[in-house]
Amino acid sequence: MSSSRTVIIRYTRVNRINHWITAICFVLLTLSGLAMFHPLMFWLSGLFGGGQWMRAVHPWIGCLLMLSYLGLIVQFWRENLVQKSDVEWMKSIKDVVENDEERVPPVGRNNAGQKFVFWSMTLLIPVLFFTGLVIWEVYFGEATSMPVQRAAVLIHSLAAIAAIIVWVVHVYAAIWVRDSVRAMTQGYVTPGWAWRHHRAWLREIAAGEHGKDIIRKRP
Amino acid sequence: MSDLQSQDYVRRSASTMTPPQARNHEDQVAKLIDVTRCIGCKACQSACMEWNDLRQDIGHFEGSYQNPDDLSPDVWTLMKFAEYENEQGNLEWLIRKDGCMHCEDPGCLKACPAPGAIVQYANGIVDFISDKCIGCGYCVKGCPFDIPRISKKDHKSYKCTLCSDRVSVGLEPACVKACPTGAIMFGSKTDMKDWAQERIVDLKSRGFEKAGLYDPQEVGGTHVMYVLHHADKPSLYSGLPDNPRISPMVTAWKGIIKPIALFGVALAALAGFFHWITEGPNEVTEEDEAAGERVLDDAEKTL
Repeated sequence: MSSSRTVIIRYTRVNRINHWITAICFVLLTLSGLAMFHPLMFWLSGLFGGGQWMRAVHPWIGCLLMLSYLGLIVQFWRENLVQKSDVEWMKSIKDVVENDEERVPPVGRNNAGQKFVFWSMTLLIPVLFFTGLVIWEVYFGEATSMPVQRAAVLIHSLAAIAAIIVWVVHVYAAIWVRDSVRAMTQGYVTPGWAWRHHRAWLREIAAGEHGKDIIRKRP
Repeated sequence: MSDLQSQDYVRRSASTMTPPQARNHEDQVAKLIDVTRCIGCKACQSACMEWNDLRQDIGHFEGSYQNPDDLSPDVWTLMKFAEYENEQGNLEWLIRKDGCMHCEDPGCLKACPAPGAIVQYANGIVDFISDKCIGCGYCVKGCPFDIPRISKKDHKSYKCTLCSDRVSVGLEPACVKACPTGAIMFGSKTDMKDWAQERIVDLKSRGFEKAGLYDPQEVGGTHVMYVLHHADKPSLYSGLPDNPRISPMVTAWKGIIKPIALFGVALAALAGFFHWITEGPNEVTEEDEAAGERVLDDAEKTL
């Protein structure tokens, strides 16, 4: 990694705190949810102090995730609006996967893959939240009929699996595209990172479209 | 409720291994409830409370002999009273002792996520092993008969055990012992079916042409069976399901989706791993860094 004199702020302090609250909730929900989904995974219930504790705590973490993700939606929806250029990016997905980004059209703040993750979760998390309420035995066990609860538990598990797969893609992409994790832990990226992965965004920054504060001296 | 024997399981919830089953040289048992001989005295309800030490809170009179009004964690069997006006315009009082049917293919056990919380013994009894129950309520979703009830006090699921503790030591269930008319009988499933056929022949000779045995095959048969005067219309008896079956939504959720889902997640993770070892990381180069700096520097000059 070359060092640069200047860095670009990609995620603010609020962005990062909100993201990591969401991430912790999501991981805990995945572990407890898988334990209740498949017998091979039931041993994970030990992480939560046993089956009863896991069953009790899972819905509360789910509520926190919903709230936390609403925060992410408010902060990130605008930059994830789908544009024509996203279609171009999708067409050159082969070059993206082969690390040949010079052949990919310049990307703005987010590429189509990142937008896909955002909108998938924006759809799936509310679905999980509402179906989860229906099957929350302690408080809502008698609120709906049994056929509704059966449908809810089926949709809940399908949506959960979809969300976990999207999450795997999200985590791998962050590891694969080096220094992306630092953007979400320390908040900044280098001009070279922006040039390589989000060139249109870098040009917007250079043109002053995102204000002067976004560029800082390296901490 | 109790787990007196753990070496004669034929089914065990949320288990991928063969359950312990060495001591399974047992007859399949069944309880036969002859609705046509029931007088609605509720001796079975009292005996169930007595033997199992259950006491439901005192409720309210709801205008029916049915009391309490529903099954609960403390009410494992309940006389359900239905008033039916037949084709001749006569009133028939159809009284059915409701409770767990002990399905051969139990939906509760299929749905249960806690290993060993629901088991089926070789004699066919389906039992809840309460210390392993996590209180999720999935058994209620799996049950085609709406039987299990989750306690608000201890968050465990409860239902009739078919007195597995009594049966395991050679006694009949408490309700059977208490019934004054012999409307509830207990024995091997074969004997109970034979006896039911005799009763049905008798009922038919007395004008109940649709009399028959309720032993629904959609759930593999049950270890609690009814002799009904109107076997063509079980729903007359306080909503006994005409065609009970485990909901296809439960079958899908607990069947094909489980392996496909785990496979899907594993595939996504493996795809990532193999991408990493073939294409490798996407790293920023010196040239990228220089180009990036240049863009910002140029902008600074012009601004």
